[in-house]
Amino acid sequence: MALLQISEPGQSSKPHERNLAAGIDLGTTNSLVASVRSGQADTLPDHQGRHLLPSVVRYSANAEPVVGHDAKAAAAVDPLNTIASVKRLMGRGLDDIKHLGSNLPYEFSSTDSTVPRIKTAAGEKSPIEVSADILQVLKHRAEQTLGGELNGVVITVPAYFDDAQRQATKDAGKLAGLNVLRLLNEPTAAAVAYGLDKQGEGITAVYDLGGGTFDISILRLNKGVFEVMSTGGDTALGGDDFDLAIARWIMQQAGIRDDAGHAQLRRVLRDACAAKEALTDSESVELNIELDDGPHWQGTLTREQMHQLIDPLIQKTIVTCRRALRDAQITADEVQAVVMVGGSTRVPRVREKVGEFFQQQPMVDIDPDKVVAIGAAIQADVLAGNKPDGELLLLDVTPLSLGLETMGGLVEKIIPRNTTIPVARAQDFTTFKDGQTAMTVHVLQGERELVSDCRSLGRFTLHEIPPMVAGAARIRVTFQVDADGLLSVTAQEQTTGKEASIQIKPSYGLTDSEIETMLRDSITYARDDVEARNLREQQVEADRVIEALQAALQQDGDLLMEDEVKAIESALINLHNVRQGDDHVAIKKAIDELNEATMEFAGRRMNQSIKKALTGHQLNEFE
Amino acid sequence: MAVTLTERAAQRVKDFIVSRGSGEGLRLGVKTTGCSGMAYVLEFADAAEEGDEVFESQGVKIFVDAKSLVYIDGTELDFAKEGLNEGFKFNNPNEKDTCGCGESFTV
Repeated sequence: MALLQISEPGQSSKPHERNLAAGIDLGTTNSLVASVRSGQADTLPDHQGRHLLPSVVRYSANAEPVVGHDAKAAAAVDPLNTIASVKRLMGRGLDDIKHLGSNLPYEFSSTDSTVPRIKTAAGEKSPIEVSADILQVLKHRAEQTLGGELNGVVITVPAYFDDAQRQATKDAGKLAGLNVLRLLNEPTAAAVAYGLDKQGEGITAVYDLGGGTFDISILRLNKGVFEVMSTGGDTALGGDDFDLAIARWIMQQAGIRDDAGHAQLRRVLRDACAAKEALTDSESVELNIELDDGPHWQGTLTREQMHQLIDPLIQKTIVTCRRALRDAQITADEVQAVVMVGGSTRVPRVREKVGEFFQQQPMVDIDPDKVVAIGAAIQADVLAGNKPDGELLLLDVTPLSLGLETMGGLVEKIIPRNTTIPVARAQDFTTFKDGQTAMTVHVLQGERELVSDCRSLGRFTLHEIPPMVAGAARIRVTFQVDADGLLSVTAQEQTTGKEASIQIKPSYGLTDSEIETMLRDSITYARDDVEARNLREQQVEADRVIEALQAALQQDGDLLMEDEVKAIESALINLHNVRQGDDHVAIKKAIDELNEATMEFAGRRMNQSIKKALTGHQLNEFE
Repeated sequence: MAVTLTERAAQRVKDFIVSRGSGEGLRLGVKTTGCSGMAYVLEFADAAEEGDEVFESQGVKIFVDAKSLVYIDGTELDFAKEGLNEGFKFNNPNEKDTCGCGESFTV
């Protein structure tokens, strides 16, 4: 008979209606799957009792892909068919990947497709397919452990992942046959694992130091929603660098030269890593390094000495933390909890330094390798409906603002960043030129004021706008983000009901560091952006005035005396010249002057059009 | 009349209650549902309800409502591991037949 788990009071499920749910931490180096059983969330081990699944996939012709430890072991002998760290490629275009570094050992096929494909013995594989193969192994493990098919999963992603990277992750889940209930930000998952979401409100810092990457996220909990206030990090800083620093010290002490053999270097690195781990509990460690030419070098590394070696690296993370706080516009004492994530936070010196910086004990009770998966499992359990009503349901937020391009290359934000989804927002726009019959809607993502500084998501054109004078048409543009984070934009002309729309298939192509940079820049360049916006606005206004005046002169130029024409023309030329410059105050002044010069002209035109309208009519017709 | 736990099951239940943070004991019962007529109920219990029979086995309190007791009297709850899967198992002497999946039964 089936094996049962203990349910909450009144929550026993009916047979065949058990809602099995799991949380998946799909990591760059390792992945994990966790689930809530009998009220307890924990990661699920494989048959050999191993919880971590290396995120490595090896492909071979005519055979199922090999995922995990065995694939990792084969990386050295079969590098072209063994894909590691595929997460770094998720949602990226081919150009980005070329840019990312020539040190990737894979061969990419050059197709027209925007999604890069890696050539392997089993055919061409996209990063999505490789991720799906990893997910499939975790899915299988979860279903065997839980004794049934999974109803849904929550997969975690870094807070700085953009729409394209999130979509790619979701696609990988679908491809693996998973029902992805939601994507959850990794730092949010860690906070949930510690139950911080139950505290109502407050600011949490999540310090994530893995083997090769560092991330800091500042979260604000408000009405059950974790908002990402700021993120920061270093994609090339982690525990591996601690090992390297210690290894370099050993080599110096033991007189091993930099150009020593590969095997020698690897031995030193392994011993350095072991020494680091040993110093977690003891004050000093004896080193016994086998040298290439036979003899052994013996030495002692004290904890104090190790601190000197790794402190500069830890200091780098602290600098990043300080910057993240500044980006979030808060101070360290406003942070109410600090959550530690990633294996390298086991190093006591890291905890000490982080604690010093945030002036409090960081939270370390939950295994830092598992904490993200555990949080995801708790969230999946709630979403699958296994918890009594009233349990907090985390909502997603838009990671970056969404908007469209207006005249002058400016961005009008329609949905600001950190808005909870699903959401729909509408705004009315109008035509810029007389008789304009089409309007192009250019959809953008980002925090900056100028189109050139934001990311283009797509564009479409609304045709058959009835010809009207500039500014008379009403075109309602609606931005809608559904629960899955997918954006659709609709433009509708209000008199005819004519509409056009677009579903945003994110155009893959922005790196995570670029996302971070975009966020940071929006704060750094805030003042420049305001200046730029003022200038563009005045330039657009100048163009509009010039255009309108030229049309009026052509139509009703005969209403003016010669010297009046001259005065207007000179003001017009002045405005035209000033508009080319970059002084928005001067442009504003020139526009005002031109308005002044044409006041009389405008009055006469008005009179004439009234006269025209009245000609041939009796006064009593208007009464 | 009694319902009991094996030592292994009792240890698990105690661990789960500790990690849950609260709970008086375990509620065992049946409800009429499923393809073979009845299904087991296995829940944390926060308090006794009217008409409950309360047993104590291996230091764990077990709450059973009077109606259910007829069907599960004499049951021993065990904790078992089958491959990667692990969970609780009802060894119920009244059980005559289970459906293919083993999630519901008849008496």
